[in-house]
Amino acid sequence: MAGLSDLYQEILLEHNSKPHNFKTLEEVSHTSEGYNPLCGDQISLFLKVVDGVIDDVGFQGTGCAISRASASMMTQSIKGQTLEKAEEIFEAFHYMITEPGGELDLDTLGDLETLSGVNEYPTRIKCAILAWHTMKAALSDDSTAVSTE
Amino acid sequence: MTTGDRSAASAFDVNKVRGDFPILNQMVNGNPLVYLDNGATSQKPQSVIDAIVVYYTTTNSNVHRGVHTLSQQATDGYEGARAKIREFINASDDKEIIFTRNTTEGINLVAHSYGRQNIGAGDDIIVSNMEHHSNIVPWQMLCEETGANLLVVPIDDTGELMMEEYKKMLSPRTKLVSITHVSNALGTILPAKEIVKLAHAQGAPVLLDGAQAVPHMPVDMQELDCDFYVFSGHKLFGPTGIGILYGKAEYLETMPPFLGGGEMIKSVTFEKTIYADLPYKFEGGTPDIAGAVGLGAAIDYVNNLGFDQITAHEDELLRYGTDALSAISGVKIIGTAPHKAGILSFVMEKAHPHDIGTILDEQGIAVRTGHHCAQPVMQRFQIPATARASMAFYNTKEDIDALVKGIDRVLEVFS
Repeated sequence: MAGLSDLYQEILLEHNSKPHNFKTLEEVSHTSEGYNPLCGDQISLFLKVVDGVIDDVGFQGTGCAISRASASMMTQSIKGQTLEKAEEIFEAFHYMITEPGGELDLDTLGDLETLSGVNEYPTRIKCAILAWHTMKAALSDDSTAVSTE
Repeated sequence: MTTGDRSAASAFDVNKVRGDFPILNQMVNGNPLVYLDNGATSQKPQSVIDAIVVYYTTTNSNVHRGVHTLSQQATDGYEGARAKIREFINASDDKEIIFTRNTTEGINLVAHSYGRQNIGAGDDIIVSNMEHHSNIVPWQMLCEETGANLLVVPIDDTGELMMEEYKKMLSPRTKLVSITHVSNALGTILPAKEIVKLAHAQGAPVLLDGAQAVPHMPVDMQELDCDFYVFSGHKLFGPTGIGILYGKAEYLETMPPFLGGGEMIKSVTFEKTIYADLPYKFEGGTPDIAGAVGLGAAIDYVNNLGFDQITAHEDELLRYGTDALSAISGVKIIGTAPHKAGILSFVMEKAHPHDIGTILDEQGIAVRTGHHCAQPVMQRFQIPATARASMAFYNTKEDIDALVKGIDRVLEVFS
């Protein structure tokens, strides 16, 4: 069983205190709202997609360290990537968070592997996955708000 | 003087009390369990567990039905519990005690039955800014259906109800006031008696949500003079699935039934059905008989301890906990009203409540984190959530010390 130090790794805490791409965008092609009604975590995600490539991405919202760090790391990992690659990263991340003990696609995940400890904390999986479902909804042009409840 | 003698004769021994609650004696994540989530649900003494086991082992049968012995015994147990509850809250008559599933069902029953019959377009329903969602949503649904208005009494920065604003809201249009007795998110004890008196002066009945009050203090229906009072058994050391609606007979008599079915009728033909008398008119279907018996046992347990001892112990714990948390830099208590029940809601500068909850859990400490089904309270204080330590009489100063140590660990992680 992963301990607290596996969950709250230094890199996660840094993303929490200084999140990357914590901003709104002037030009937005895709946007979505994510909400966890059980705990009140909320995220607004903005994407600027040009010719099938995520040119810029920003997020705003409130949440715990895990949801905030996960959102921050997600924006870092998908920025500059094609939509196909973003989908691939989503799948790798989703698998890592929801399938404890599974073999990880470390090449695709990169730094995101830092969040793997979350899969030992069932009550916190929703926190880590919120930004990701919001991204998926934004890219599928699903205008209804996402809920991880 | 006599009080001193009495407390000396039966000094409150918290360790002995803890021995009555088997669940407390266990390790969680390698640490002794520190259960500080009593506002969500309380633990059950062995006597309550035994009462349920004995009921199913020896008595189980349906109530008010058969002529056979077990049915009579089950009915005696069920009705005996009703009588205990009547006495516990000092209601005038057993028929004023309606068994429900929980507080939420009690409020919904009043909204559907009393509300639809008596509240219409342009009428006002008054709630407060510190209600649980269960005392907001049923009224919103009723307002949507009828065109009535929902008015919200504001609260101040300490979490106290702004009584002057409440007075201003009351008018001949007020058809119901539905307010919490103790706030689940803040711990504030509201001036229920005065709230009722002011509403009655305008001819409006009052429902009090007592879910967070009954585990902590004696409640007296004659003294409060409220028209409806609702609470849940599981927060009062009884089982889940059983709750109470108290209503003054004069209201309950004229209200239409809530759930139609068996148990709530005198006679049924396809031409006309005659409803049962109180309290059965509101108890359609086979009730949670074991739950009622368990709740009766819980009330016996609480009565045996006595609220003199319970409130004295909890007040001391709350003082101790308030001082301890106030002394930690970076921790802010939300809800600082002078009259509070044993609830300590807090936020930390550097850590979100969910992270606090996870780190405390790792040390065996159970607290609730989130909006506590009271999102308007969070909005009022402009916070997304809080961590909430809520106490019961079996908590100790050592539990508070463990919480403080746990918070130190949170500070370490988020340094």
